[in-house]
Amino acid sequence: MALLQHLVFFPVLIPLLMGTLLLFPFFHGHIPRQRVAVFIANLLLLVTAIKLLSDSLTNGPTMYMMGDWQAPFGIALVNDPLAAVMLLLTAVLALAAHMYACAGDDQKGPFFHPIFMYQIMGINGAFLTGDVFNLFVFFEILLIASYALIIHGGGKQRTQAAVHYVLLNLAGSSFFLFGLGVLYSAFGTLNLADMAYKAPGLDQEHIQLAKSGALLLLIVFGLKAALLPLHFWLPRTYSYTATPVAALFAIMTKVGIYSIWRVHTAVFGDHAGELANITPDWLWPMAWLTLVMGTIAVLASQSLKMLASNLIVVSAGTLLIALSINTPQAMSAALYYLLHSTLASAALLLIAGMITDQRGQAQDRLVRARSVTQGAMLGGFFFIAAVALIGMPPLSGFVGKVLLLQASTDNAAWVWPPLLISGLVALIMLSRAGSTVFWRTSGSGSDKVRSHPLQIIAVVLLLSTLPLMVIFGGSLTELTQKAAEILYMAPQPVAEIL
Amino acid sequence: METIYAICVGAMTTGGIFLVLRGYTFAVVLGLTLLSYAVNLFLFASGNLKINAAAILGESEQYADPLPQALVLTAIVIGFAMTAFALILALRARSDLGNDQVDGKTEIYDELGQAPSQQRGENQ
Repeated sequence: MALLQHLVFFPVLIPLLMGTLLLFPFFHGHIPRQRVAVFIANLLLLVTAIKLLSDSLTNGPTMYMMGDWQAPFGIALVNDPLAAVMLLLTAVLALAAHMYACAGDDQKGPFFHPIFMYQIMGINGAFLTGDVFNLFVFFEILLIASYALIIHGGGKQRTQAAVHYVLLNLAGSSFFLFGLGVLYSAFGTLNLADMAYKAPGLDQEHIQLAKSGALLLLIVFGLKAALLPLHFWLPRTYSYTATPVAALFAIMTKVGIYSIWRVHTAVFGDHAGELANITPDWLWPMAWLTLVMGTIAVLASQSLKMLASNLIVVSAGTLLIALSINTPQAMSAALYYLLHSTLASAALLLIAGMITDQRGQAQDRLVRARSVTQGAMLGGFFFIAAVALIGMPPLSGFVGKVLLLQASTDNAAWVWPPLLISGLVALIMLSRAGSTVFWRTSGSGSDKVRSHPLQIIAVVLLLSTLPLMVIFGGSLTELTQKAAEILYMAPQPVAEIL
Repeated sequence: METIYAICVGAMTTGGIFLVLRGYTFAVVLGLTLLSYAVNLFLFASGNLKINAAAILGESEQYADPLPQALVLTAIVIGFAMTAFALILALRARSDLGNDQVDGKTEIYDELGQAPSQQRGENQ
């Protein structure tokens, strides 16, 4: 029972311990043992996330103080439905990406498994933290792990993409610290709950500081979330990196979206007096343009992985538009769409990886080439993922789109056309890609490459979540509404939250 | 004191941003280093500048805000590690791509009338 009090910290602790353990003799250099260990850690993370979710629904938001140093001075972790849902999403995604990697991708470079664990630790930490400075620390943990994962396997293109990704994010980290310094001097605290409570009472000279600090942080989160004009790194990085890594990275843009919710929606919300809602005005045109540019980029995609990466930009644009509408209803719809789009685009990236393996020289380029070995199975997978990503019934993409359309009826003239046209463009491009890969074939290769059973299980796991999101749609939307309500609640003094 | 401090941080940031926008990885890494120096000083100043004030209670009449100092310490460690990583990556890119352009372009050698492969061979 005493241990369960500390459960909030487990999503950070489990990967930290496991990642470090893997560097020691019994596991080091022994791939099969590492695989089993990381698989067990992922299962534990999944169980923890489910338990945390049910706790947060019964007990409401809870703040956990590390080492019992009291807020607002100690390090705070917050568990509420929003954080718990994101943890659950990460756990499912990590499980699938890791299973796919165990089919052989993990042996293409050293230290895949420990770095994978540290990556999960950074992502989980960023979702749980109740403090902007620790958000920075966990961002750096997830970034340095991602720098290493991105060049996993090596190769010219990967190094090239990694240089851009690393340099951009290092510059982004500097801006993050500038923003933090400005916010600290304005608020005198970096605890998110405390900042939200103090925001309405700031005096005049600090209000301008707080505004500029908030907008500096918006740049940083925009860089992570692929907000135009900061999204140009994404397509190349995602399409050149190893397949399981790319699938795991489907959650990385969502970390940026999540941080905007936590910082800009919760701290600078309706209650904040003069500081209320300073970001939506800036976010709105950028988000709209992100969606439009992403849609155009989808039309220009030359390979399947590039297409999937550009669809991630489109989903980021869609989510950012929902963020700039800034109502609890839009937020709840966006959370549903976020879950769906992460799982569906990760599935498409994994399928693209399997197709690449089976097409030999042509890889995943959209050109006439030899047929894939397991055409019926891959075609079926591709079809399901495509239906979900386009947003056609009966899968979760349709529900997500409808929820978003309902939430944006006030701004229908601006929001609906790009949203619906992006669906149409996805339909055109995915049908073109599918028919090129599976039907425009010239003979079959001599070496019959077949997909590893683990790869198939990973894809089935991700795809099966899509109909489940529709079947349990009622309770899931209740959950997202509850998460949105809590995020939009008027802030309480920190002492009372404890 | 505040003015001089602000000018120093501003100058370093300007230099850092100028270098980050250059096309060569070495200049960019230098720029990032400058930026991280500037940001450390900036964070330090966010708790207000005070003279003769220790960050520990009872050591001096006034005391300085200890939190920014803790933040700076963390930021220095992280910045140092990241710079080291960026340098290694820049070296790797230099050997993988055969030049030190951020975009990995080889046109600059073509303009000089040398084939990229020759250039690579000479430098190795």
